[in-house]
Amino acid sequence: MILDVHNLTMKFDNRTIFQDLDFQLQEGSMTALLGPNGAGKTTLIRILLGMLAPTAGSFQFDEHVKLGYVPQFRNIDPEYPLSIRSFIELNGPLFKSKQFKQEVDHELEEMNLTSIQHTRMGEASGGQKQRAYLAQALLDKPNMIVLDEATASLDPSAKEELMALIQHLNKKHGMTVLFVTHDVPLAKKYMKEYLYLDHGTVQAGKIADFQEVYS
Amino acid sequence: MLQYAFMRYAFYASTFIAITCGVVGVYVVARQFSFLAHTLSEIGFAGAAFAAFAGIPSLWGMILFTLLGSIGVGELTLHTDQKESSISAISALFIGLGVLFLSISNSNARYATSILFGSIIGVDLQDVYQLIILSLIVIVLLILVARQLNYDSFDHIGAASHHLKTGLVSLVFLIALAMSVSIGSQIVGSLLVFILLTLPASTARYLGKSIWSMIIWSVAFALIGVWAGLYLAYVTNWPVTFFISIIEVAIYLLAYGLHQLKRN
Repeated sequence: MILDVHNLTMKFDNRTIFQDLDFQLQEGSMTALLGPNGAGKTTLIRILLGMLAPTAGSFQFDEHVKLGYVPQFRNIDPEYPLSIRSFIELNGPLFKSKQFKQEVDHELEEMNLTSIQHTRMGEASGGQKQRAYLAQALLDKPNMIVLDEATASLDPSAKEELMALIQHLNKKHGMTVLFVTHDVPLAKKYMKEYLYLDHGTVQAGKIADFQEVYS
Repeated sequence: MLQYAFMRYAFYASTFIAITCGVVGVYVVARQFSFLAHTLSEIGFAGAAFAAFAGIPSLWGMILFTLLGSIGVGELTLHTDQKESSISAISALFIGLGVLFLSISNSNARYATSILFGSIIGVDLQDVYQLIILSLIVIVLLILVARQLNYDSFDHIGAASHHLKTGLVSLVFLIALAMSVSIGSQIVGSLLVFILLTLPASTARYLGKSIWSMIIWSVAFALIGVWAGLYLAYVTNWPVTFFISIIEVAIYLLAYGLHQLKRN
Protein backbone atom coordinates (compact mmCIF):
# COMPACT_ATOMS: atom_id res chain seq x y z
CA MET A 1 0.00 0.00 0.00
CA ILE A 2 1.35 3.39 -0.97
CA LEU A 3 -1.38 5.60 0.54
CA ASP A 4 -3.86 4.96 3.33
CA VAL A 5 -6.57 7.58 3.89
CA HIS A 6 -8.62 7.28 7.05
CA ASN A 7 -11.77 9.23 8.02
CA LEU A 8 -10.58 12.31 6.15
CA THR A 9 -12.94 15.27 6.56
CA MET A 10 -12.73 18.78 5.15
CA LYS A 11 -14.94 21.74 5.98
CA PHE A 12 -14.64 25.36 4.86
CA ASP A 13 -16.47 27.46 7.46
CA ASN A 14 -19.69 25.50 7.85
CA ARG A 15 -19.67 23.88 4.42
CA THR A 16 -18.65 20.24 4.38
CA ILE A 17 -16.60 19.42 1.29
CA PHE A 18 -16.27 15.74 2.17
CA GLN A 19 -16.65 13.64 5.29
CA ASP A 20 -14.94 10.49 6.57
CA LEU A 21 -13.21 9.49 3.34
CA ASP A 22 -11.61 6.06 3.53
CA PHE A 23 -9.56 4.63 0.70
CA GLN A 24 -6.19 3.10 -0.17
CA LEU A 25 -3.93 3.30 -3.18
CA GLN A 26 -1.63 0.43 -4.12
CA GLU A 27 1.94 0.83 -5.32
CA GLY A 28 2.13 0.93 -9.11
CA SER A 29 -1.61 1.61 -9.47
CA MET A 30 -3.10 3.98 -12.03
CA THR A 31 -6.07 5.65 -10.44
CA ALA A 32 -8.48 8.16 -11.94
CA LEU A 33 -9.94 10.58 -9.39
CA LEU A 34 -13.36 11.31 -10.85
CA GLY A 35 -16.24 13.47 -9.71
CA PRO A 36 -18.32 16.49 -10.70
CA ASN A 37 -17.14 20.08 -10.40
CA GLY A 38 -16.98 21.26 -6.81
CA ALA A 39 -16.91 17.74 -5.38
CA GLY A 40 -13.57 18.54 -3.74
CA LYS A 41 -11.11 16.72 -6.00
CA THR A 42 -8.53 19.53 -5.98
CA THR A 43 -9.10 20.07 -2.24
CA LEU A 44 -8.37 16.39 -1.60
CA ILE A 45 -5.21 16.59 -3.70
CA ARG A 46 -4.03 19.71 -1.90
CA ILE A 47 -4.51 17.98 1.46
CA LEU A 48 -2.59 14.90 0.31
CA LEU A 49 0.24 17.16 -0.88
CA GLY A 50 0.43 18.94 2.47
CA MET A 51 -0.67 22.29 1.06
CA LEU A 52 -3.88 22.32 3.11
CA ALA A 53 -4.68 20.89 6.55
CA PRO A 54 -7.75 18.65 6.82
CA THR A 55 -10.46 19.39 9.38
CA ALA A 56 -10.29 15.85 10.73
CA GLY A 57 -8.98 12.39 9.88
CA SER A 58 -5.57 11.27 8.70
CA PHE A 59 -3.63 9.90 5.77
CA GLN A 60 -0.36 8.05 5.57
CA PHE A 61 1.97 7.64 2.60
CA ASP A 62 4.39 4.74 2.48
CA GLU A 63 7.70 5.98 3.89
CA HIS A 64 9.50 5.49 0.55
CA VAL A 65 7.07 7.66 -1.40
CA LYS A 66 8.49 10.57 -3.34
CA LEU A 67 5.65 12.68 -4.71
CA GLY A 68 5.54 14.59 -7.96
CA TYR A 69 2.70 17.00 -8.63
CA VAL A 70 1.39 18.74 -11.74
CA PRO A 71 -1.06 21.49 -10.64
CA GLN A 72 -4.20 22.32 -12.60
CA PHE A 73 -3.50 25.93 -13.55
CA ARG A 74 -0.30 27.75 -14.47
CA ASN A 75 0.18 31.43 -15.26
CA ILE A 76 1.70 31.07 -18.70
CA ASP A 77 0.45 33.81 -21.04
CA PRO A 78 1.32 34.02 -24.76
CA GLU A 79 4.08 36.56 -23.97
CA TYR A 80 5.73 34.32 -21.36
CA PRO A 81 9.43 34.55 -22.21
CA LEU A 82 11.21 31.47 -20.82
CA SER A 83 12.07 28.60 -23.13
CA ILE A 84 10.68 25.15 -22.37
CA ARG A 85 14.11 24.13 -21.09
CA SER A 86 14.51 27.20 -18.84
CA PHE A 87 11.00 26.66 -17.49
CA ILE A 88 11.76 23.07 -16.53
CA GLU A 89 15.07 24.14 -14.98
CA LEU A 90 13.24 26.47 -12.56
CA ASN A 91 12.85 23.34 -10.43
CA GLY A 92 16.60 23.04 -9.98
CA PRO A 93 19.66 24.67 -8.46
CA LEU A 94 20.77 28.21 -9.32
CA PHE A 95 24.06 27.02 -10.78
CA LYS A 96 23.45 23.98 -12.93
CA SER A 97 25.87 21.09 -12.59
CA LYS A 98 26.67 18.82 -15.50
CA GLN A 99 24.69 16.08 -13.81
CA PHE A 100 21.62 18.30 -13.47
CA LYS A 101 21.85 19.28 -17.14
CA GLN A 102 21.93 15.60 -18.06
CA GLU A 103 18.83 15.00 -15.93
CA VAL A 104 17.06 17.82 -17.76
CA ASP A 105 18.18 16.35 -21.11
CA HIS A 106 16.78 13.00 -20.04
CA GLU A 107 13.37 14.41 -19.02
CA LEU A 108 13.17 16.46 -22.21
CA GLU A 109 13.77 13.31 -24.20
CA GLU A 110 11.31 11.24 -22.20
CA MET A 111 8.61 13.89 -22.71
CA ASN A 112 9.36 14.31 -26.46
CA LEU A 113 10.48 17.91 -25.96
CA THR A 114 14.15 17.76 -27.02
CA SER A 115 13.64 19.25 -30.48
CA ILE A 116 11.55 22.16 -29.16
CA GLN A 117 13.42 22.81 -25.91
CA HIS A 118 14.35 26.34 -27.01
CA THR A 119 10.78 27.28 -27.97
CA ARG A 120 9.28 29.84 -25.61
CA MET A 121 6.70 28.41 -23.23
CA GLY A 122 4.32 31.21 -24.25
CA GLU A 123 4.48 30.02 -27.85
CA ALA A 124 4.20 26.29 -27.08
CA SER A 125 0.96 24.40 -27.72
CA GLY A 126 -1.25 23.20 -24.88
CA GLY A 127 0.08 19.67 -25.14
CA GLN A 128 3.70 20.83 -25.19
CA LYS A 129 3.10 22.96 -22.10
CA GLN A 130 1.53 20.06 -20.21
CA ARG A 131 4.49 17.86 -21.10
CA ALA A 132 6.83 20.60 -19.84
CA TYR A 133 4.88 20.80 -16.55
CA LEU A 134 5.20 17.04 -16.24
CA ALA A 135 8.93 17.15 -17.07
CA GLN A 136 9.43 19.83 -14.39
CA ALA A 137 7.69 17.62 -11.82
CA LEU A 138 9.75 14.58 -12.92
CA LEU A 139 12.95 16.40 -11.92
CA ASP A 140 11.91 15.62 -8.34
CA LYS A 141 12.44 11.94 -9.28
CA PRO A 142 9.03 10.90 -7.94
CA ASN A 143 7.77 7.34 -7.65
CA MET A 144 4.20 8.63 -7.45
CA ILE A 145 2.77 11.39 -9.61
CA VAL A 146 -0.40 13.41 -9.11
CA LEU A 147 -1.86 15.20 -12.13
CA ASP A 148 -4.76 17.64 -11.70
CA GLU A 149 -6.91 17.98 -14.85
CA ALA A 150 -3.83 17.72 -17.04
CA THR A 151 -5.83 16.98 -20.21
CA ALA A 152 -8.71 19.43 -19.62
CA SER A 153 -7.80 21.99 -22.26
CA LEU A 154 -6.08 19.71 -24.79
CA ASP A 155 -7.19 18.63 -28.25
CA PRO A 156 -7.78 14.90 -28.76
CA SER A 157 -4.37 14.03 -30.23
CA ALA A 158 -2.50 15.97 -27.50
CA LYS A 159 -4.58 14.14 -24.90
CA GLU A 160 -3.61 10.76 -26.35
CA GLU A 161 0.06 11.73 -26.48
CA LEU A 162 0.10 12.86 -22.85
CA MET A 163 -1.77 9.78 -21.67
CA ALA A 164 0.63 7.52 -23.56
CA LEU A 165 3.52 9.22 -21.74
CA ILE A 166 1.83 8.78 -18.37
CA GLN A 167 1.21 5.13 -19.20
CA HIS A 168 4.88 4.80 -20.13
CA LEU A 169 5.92 6.22 -16.73
CA ASN A 170 3.70 3.68 -15.01
CA LYS A 171 4.85 0.70 -17.08
CA LYS A 172 8.54 1.45 -17.46
CA HIS A 173 9.28 3.10 -14.11
CA GLY A 174 6.51 1.50 -12.03
CA MET A 175 5.30 4.96 -11.10
CA THR A 176 2.06 5.18 -9.15
CA VAL A 177 -0.35 7.56 -10.90
CA LEU A 178 -3.23 9.57 -9.43
CA PHE A 179 -4.97 11.34 -12.27
CA VAL A 180 -7.72 13.90 -11.56
CA THR A 181 -10.11 14.23 -14.49
CA HIS A 182 -13.62 14.84 -15.77
CA ASP A 183 -13.00 12.76 -18.86
CA VAL A 184 -14.50 9.35 -18.12
CA PRO A 185 -13.84 7.78 -21.54
CA LEU A 186 -10.18 8.83 -21.35
CA ALA A 187 -9.91 7.46 -17.81
CA LYS A 188 -11.49 4.19 -18.91
CA LYS A 189 -9.00 3.89 -21.74
CA TYR A 190 -5.80 4.51 -19.78
CA MET A 191 -6.43 4.11 -16.04
CA LYS A 192 -6.88 0.88 -14.11
CA GLU A 193 -8.62 2.00 -10.91
CA TYR A 194 -10.97 4.81 -9.98
CA LEU A 195 -11.97 6.92 -7.01
CA TYR A 196 -15.33 8.63 -7.45
CA LEU A 197 -15.84 11.67 -5.22
CA ASP A 198 -19.39 13.08 -4.94
CA HIS A 199 -21.80 14.29 -2.24
CA GLY A 200 -18.94 14.27 0.27
CA THR A 201 -18.22 10.56 -0.03
CA VAL A 202 -15.89 8.40 -2.10
CA GLN A 203 -16.33 5.12 -3.97
CA ALA A 204 -13.41 3.05 -5.24
CA GLY A 205 -12.99 0.17 -7.64
CA LYS A 206 -11.68 -1.09 -10.98
CA ILE A 207 -12.21 1.45 -13.75
CA ALA A 208 -13.75 -1.25 -15.97
CA ASP A 209 -16.56 -1.54 -13.43
CA PHE A 210 -17.16 2.21 -13.21
CA GLN A 211 -20.68 3.19 -14.10
CA GLU A 212 -20.94 6.74 -15.24
CA VAL A 213 -23.52 8.21 -12.91
CA TYR A 214 -22.92 11.84 -13.80
CA SER A 215 -22.80 13.17 -17.29
CA MET B 1 33.96 65.60 -19.97
CA LEU B 2 35.38 63.09 -17.47
CA GLN B 3 37.90 65.70 -16.32
CA TYR B 4 35.05 67.12 -14.22
CA ALA B 5 34.70 65.36 -10.89
CA PHE B 6 30.89 65.70 -10.83
CA MET B 7 30.63 63.96 -14.22
CA ARG B 8 32.87 61.12 -13.05
CA TYR B 9 30.77 60.69 -9.92
CA ALA B 10 27.60 60.77 -11.98
CA PHE B 11 29.02 58.04 -14.24
CA TYR B 12 30.07 55.82 -11.34
CA ALA B 13 26.74 56.29 -9.57
CA SER B 14 24.61 55.74 -12.65
CA THR B 15 26.58 52.61 -13.61
CA PHE B 16 25.68 50.96 -10.32
CA ILE B 17 22.12 52.29 -10.50
CA ALA B 18 21.71 50.81 -13.98
CA ILE B 19 23.06 47.42 -12.92
CA THR B 20 20.82 47.26 -9.85
CA CYS B 21 17.68 48.50 -11.60
CA GLY B 22 18.38 46.27 -14.61
CA VAL B 23 18.58 43.14 -12.45
CA VAL B 24 15.68 44.03 -10.16
CA GLY B 25 13.59 45.05 -13.17
CA VAL B 26 13.60 41.52 -14.58
CA TYR B 27 11.71 40.40 -11.47
CA VAL B 28 9.53 43.53 -11.36
CA VAL B 29 8.22 42.70 -14.83
CA ALA B 30 7.98 38.94 -14.21
CA ARG B 31 5.98 39.52 -11.01
CA GLN B 32 3.84 42.17 -12.76
CA PHE B 33 4.93 44.79 -10.26
CA SER B 34 5.35 47.64 -12.76
CA PHE B 35 2.51 49.58 -11.19
CA LEU B 36 4.02 49.04 -7.74
CA ALA B 37 7.41 50.28 -8.98
CA HIS B 38 5.69 53.42 -10.23
CA THR B 39 3.92 53.88 -6.89
CA LEU B 40 7.16 53.39 -4.96
CA SER B 41 8.71 56.15 -7.05
CA GLU B 42 6.01 58.51 -5.78
CA ILE B 43 6.50 57.25 -2.25
CA GLY B 44 10.19 57.99 -2.68
CA PHE B 45 9.29 61.60 -3.48
CA ALA B 46 7.36 61.79 -0.18
CA GLY B 47 10.36 60.32 1.61
CA ALA B 48 12.69 62.95 0.18
CA ALA B 49 10.23 65.67 1.18
CA PHE B 50 10.15 64.22 4.68
CA ALA B 51 13.96 64.22 4.70
CA ALA B 52 13.96 67.93 3.83
CA PHE B 53 11.51 68.54 6.67
CA ALA B 54 13.47 66.45 9.16
CA GLY B 55 16.86 67.76 8.03
CA ILE B 56 18.31 64.36 7.07
CA PRO B 57 19.85 63.33 3.72
CA SER B 58 17.16 62.74 1.09
CA LEU B 59 18.42 59.19 0.34
CA TRP B 60 17.65 58.06 3.90
CA GLY B 61 14.20 59.63 3.84
CA MET B 62 13.51 57.84 0.58
CA ILE B 63 14.70 54.47 1.86
CA LEU B 64 12.62 54.85 5.02
CA PHE B 65 9.44 55.70 3.11
CA THR B 66 9.84 53.23 0.26
CA LEU B 67 10.52 50.40 2.74
CA LEU B 68 7.42 51.28 4.76
CA GLY B 69 5.44 51.74 1.56
CA SER B 70 6.47 48.48 -0.06
CA ILE B 71 5.93 46.43 3.09
CA GLY B 72 2.55 48.13 3.54
CA VAL B 73 1.61 47.38 -0.05
CA GLY B 74 2.90 43.82 0.32
CA GLU B 75 0.77 43.25 3.42
CA LEU B 76 -2.33 44.81 1.86
CA THR B 77 -2.04 42.90 -1.39
CA LEU B 78 -1.58 39.61 0.48
CA HIS B 79 -4.95 40.04 2.12
CA THR B 80 -7.02 41.56 -0.66
CA ASP B 81 -7.88 40.76 -4.25
CA GLN B 82 -7.91 44.45 -5.10
CA LYS B 83 -4.17 44.75 -5.58
CA GLU B 84 -4.30 47.89 -7.73
CA SER B 85 -6.82 49.68 -5.50
CA SER B 86 -4.75 49.08 -2.38
CA ILE B 87 -1.63 50.28 -4.17
CA SER B 88 -3.52 53.41 -5.24
CA ALA B 89 -4.64 54.05 -1.67
CA ILE B 90 -1.09 53.78 -0.30
CA SER B 91 0.17 55.95 -3.14
CA ALA B 92 -2.41 58.67 -2.43
CA LEU B 93 -1.52 58.65 1.28
CA PHE B 94 2.20 59.08 0.64
CA ILE B 95 1.92 61.72 -2.08
CA GLY B 96 -0.34 63.71 0.25
CA LEU B 97 2.28 63.45 2.97
CA GLY B 98 4.99 64.43 0.48
CA VAL B 99 3.17 67.61 -0.46
CA LEU B 100 2.67 68.43 3.22
CA PHE B 101 6.31 67.85 4.21
CA LEU B 102 7.56 69.85 1.25
CA SER B 103 5.30 72.71 2.19
CA ILE B 104 6.14 72.84 5.92
CA SER B 105 9.87 72.31 5.41
CA ASN B 106 10.22 75.63 3.55
CA SER B 107 12.14 73.94 0.76
CA ASN B 108 12.42 75.85 -2.44
CA ALA B 109 10.99 74.77 -5.76
CA ARG B 110 14.45 73.80 -6.98
CA TYR B 111 14.75 71.13 -4.29
CA ALA B 112 11.37 69.70 -5.31
CA THR B 113 12.40 69.68 -8.95
CA SER B 114 15.64 67.88 -8.23
CA ILE B 115 13.82 65.21 -6.18
CA LEU B 116 11.23 64.67 -8.90
CA PHE B 117 13.41 64.87 -11.98
CA GLY B 118 16.84 63.96 -10.68
CA SER B 119 20.10 65.82 -10.97
CA ILE B 120 23.61 64.93 -12.01
CA ILE B 121 25.37 67.81 -10.37
CA GLY B 122 24.21 66.92 -6.88
CA VAL B 123 26.22 63.70 -6.55
CA ASP B 124 29.46 63.87 -4.55
CA LEU B 125 32.02 61.18 -3.73
CA GLN B 126 30.34 60.22 -0.48
CA ASP B 127 27.03 59.75 -2.34
CA VAL B 128 28.81 57.49 -4.81
CA TYR B 129 30.11 55.27 -2.02
CA GLN B 130 26.67 55.13 -0.43
CA LEU B 131 25.04 54.19 -3.74
CA ILE B 132 27.62 51.48 -4.41
CA ILE B 133 27.16 49.96 -0.95
CA LEU B 134 23.38 50.06 -1.22
CA SER B 135 23.52 48.54 -4.71
CA LEU B 136 25.68 45.72 -3.40
CA ILE B 137 23.22 45.10 -0.54
CA VAL B 138 20.37 44.81 -3.06
CA ILE B 139 22.34 42.39 -5.24
CA VAL B 140 23.36 40.28 -2.22
CA LEU B 141 19.73 40.17 -1.02
CA LEU B 142 18.66 38.90 -4.44
CA ILE B 143 21.46 36.32 -4.59
CA LEU B 144 20.46 34.98 -1.15
CA VAL B 145 16.95 34.13 -2.37
CA ALA B 146 17.78 33.77 -6.07
CA ARG B 147 16.65 30.19 -6.58
CA GLN B 148 13.34 30.73 -4.81
CA LEU B 149 12.89 34.16 -6.38
CA ASN B 150 13.42 32.74 -9.88
CA TYR B 151 10.95 29.92 -9.35
CA ASP B 152 8.33 32.10 -7.64
CA SER B 153 8.59 34.97 -10.14
CA PHE B 154 8.44 32.81 -13.26
CA ASP B 155 6.20 29.97 -12.04
CA HIS B 156 4.40 30.99 -8.87
CA ILE B 157 2.09 27.96 -8.88
CA GLY B 158 4.95 25.52 -9.42
CA ALA B 159 6.93 27.18 -6.61
CA ALA B 160 3.95 27.04 -4.24
CA SER B 161 3.41 23.36 -5.03
CA HIS B 162 7.01 22.75 -3.96
CA HIS B 163 6.30 24.37 -0.59
CA LEU B 164 8.72 27.23 -1.26
CA LYS B 165 8.32 30.08 1.22
CA THR B 166 6.82 32.41 -1.36
CA GLY B 167 5.72 34.94 1.28
CA LEU B 168 9.28 35.35 2.54
CA VAL B 169 10.64 35.60 -1.01
CA SER B 170 8.07 38.28 -1.74
CA LEU B 171 9.05 40.28 1.35
CA VAL B 172 12.79 40.13 0.55
CA PHE B 173 12.04 41.22 -3.00
CA LEU B 174 9.89 44.15 -1.83
CA ILE B 175 12.78 45.33 0.35
CA ALA B 176 15.19 45.04 -2.59
CA LEU B 177 12.72 46.91 -4.80
CA ALA B 178 12.26 49.71 -2.27
CA MET B 179 16.03 50.17 -2.00
CA SER B 180 16.42 50.14 -5.79
CA VAL B 181 13.83 52.88 -6.15
CA SER B 182 15.66 55.02 -3.59
CA ILE B 183 19.02 54.41 -5.22
CA GLY B 184 17.78 55.01 -8.74
CA SER B 185 16.02 58.24 -7.80
CA GLN B 186 19.35 59.87 -7.00
CA ILE B 187 20.14 60.33 -10.69
CA VAL B 188 16.94 60.00 -12.69
CA GLY B 189 14.62 61.41 -10.03
CA SER B 190 11.74 59.80 -8.24
CA LEU B 191 9.19 60.60 -10.94
CA LEU B 192 11.07 58.62 -13.58
CA VAL B 193 13.00 55.94 -11.74
CA PHE B 194 10.33 53.39 -12.66
CA ILE B 195 11.58 53.73 -16.25
CA LEU B 196 14.86 52.02 -15.32
CA LEU B 197 12.95 49.42 -13.30
CA THR B 198 10.55 48.42 -16.06
CA LEU B 199 11.58 49.34 -19.61
CA PRO B 200 15.01 47.63 -19.94
CA ALA B 201 13.54 44.45 -18.43
CA SER B 202 10.45 44.63 -20.65
CA THR B 203 12.72 44.93 -23.68
CA ALA B 204 14.83 42.02 -22.40
CA ARG B 205 11.74 39.77 -22.39
CA TYR B 206 11.62 39.99 -26.17
CA LEU B 207 15.26 38.93 -26.50
CA GLY B 208 16.11 36.53 -23.68
CA LYS B 209 14.69 33.05 -23.24
CA SER B 210 16.39 32.31 -19.91
CA ILE B 211 16.55 34.35 -16.73
CA TRP B 212 20.29 34.87 -17.10
CA SER B 213 20.00 36.15 -20.65
CA MET B 214 17.15 38.47 -19.69
CA ILE B 215 19.24 39.89 -16.84
CA ILE B 216 22.18 40.50 -19.19
CA TRP B 217 20.01 42.24 -21.80
CA SER B 218 18.19 44.26 -19.16
CA VAL B 219 21.42 45.51 -17.53
CA ALA B 220 22.89 46.26 -20.95
CA PHE B 221 19.92 48.41 -21.99
CA ALA B 222 19.89 50.19 -18.64
CA LEU B 223 23.62 50.94 -18.99
CA ILE B 224 23.24 52.17 -22.57
CA GLY B 225 20.43 54.46 -21.38
CA VAL B 226 22.26 56.06 -18.49
CA TRP B 227 25.67 56.35 -20.18
CA ALA B 228 24.31 57.80 -23.40
CA GLY B 229 21.91 59.94 -21.36
CA LEU B 230 24.72 61.42 -19.29
CA TYR B 231 26.83 62.10 -22.36
CA LEU B 232 23.97 63.77 -24.24
CA ALA B 233 23.00 65.79 -21.18
CA TYR B 234 26.59 67.00 -20.89
CA VAL B 235 26.77 67.96 -24.55
CA THR B 236 23.38 69.63 -24.82
CA ASN B 237 22.79 70.84 -21.26
CA TRP B 238 19.31 69.29 -21.44
CA PRO B 239 18.04 67.14 -18.54
CA VAL B 240 19.65 63.71 -18.27
CA THR B 241 16.30 62.14 -17.37
CA PHE B 242 14.83 63.28 -20.66
CA PHE B 243 17.54 61.43 -22.60
CA ILE B 244 17.36 58.28 -20.47
CA SER B 245 13.59 58.18 -20.97
CA ILE B 246 13.61 58.57 -24.72
CA ILE B 247 16.51 56.13 -25.18
CA GLU B 248 14.78 53.42 -23.12
CA VAL B 249 11.44 54.02 -24.84
CA ALA B 250 13.09 53.95 -28.29
CA ILE B 251 14.89 50.66 -27.55
CA TYR B 252 11.67 49.18 -26.17
CA LEU B 253 9.58 50.21 -29.18
CA LEU B 254 12.22 48.88 -31.56
CA ALA B 255 12.31 45.49 -29.81
CA TYR B 256 8.51 45.41 -29.65
CA GLY B 257 8.21 46.21 -33.36
CA LEU B 258 10.74 43.53 -34.32
CA HIS B 259 8.95 41.03 -32.09
CA GLN B 260 5.61 41.74 -33.78
CA LEU B 261 7.17 41.52 -37.25
CA LYS B 262 8.76 38.18 -36.41
CA ARG B 263 5.51 36.89 -35.03
CA ASN B 264 3.51 37.74 -38.16
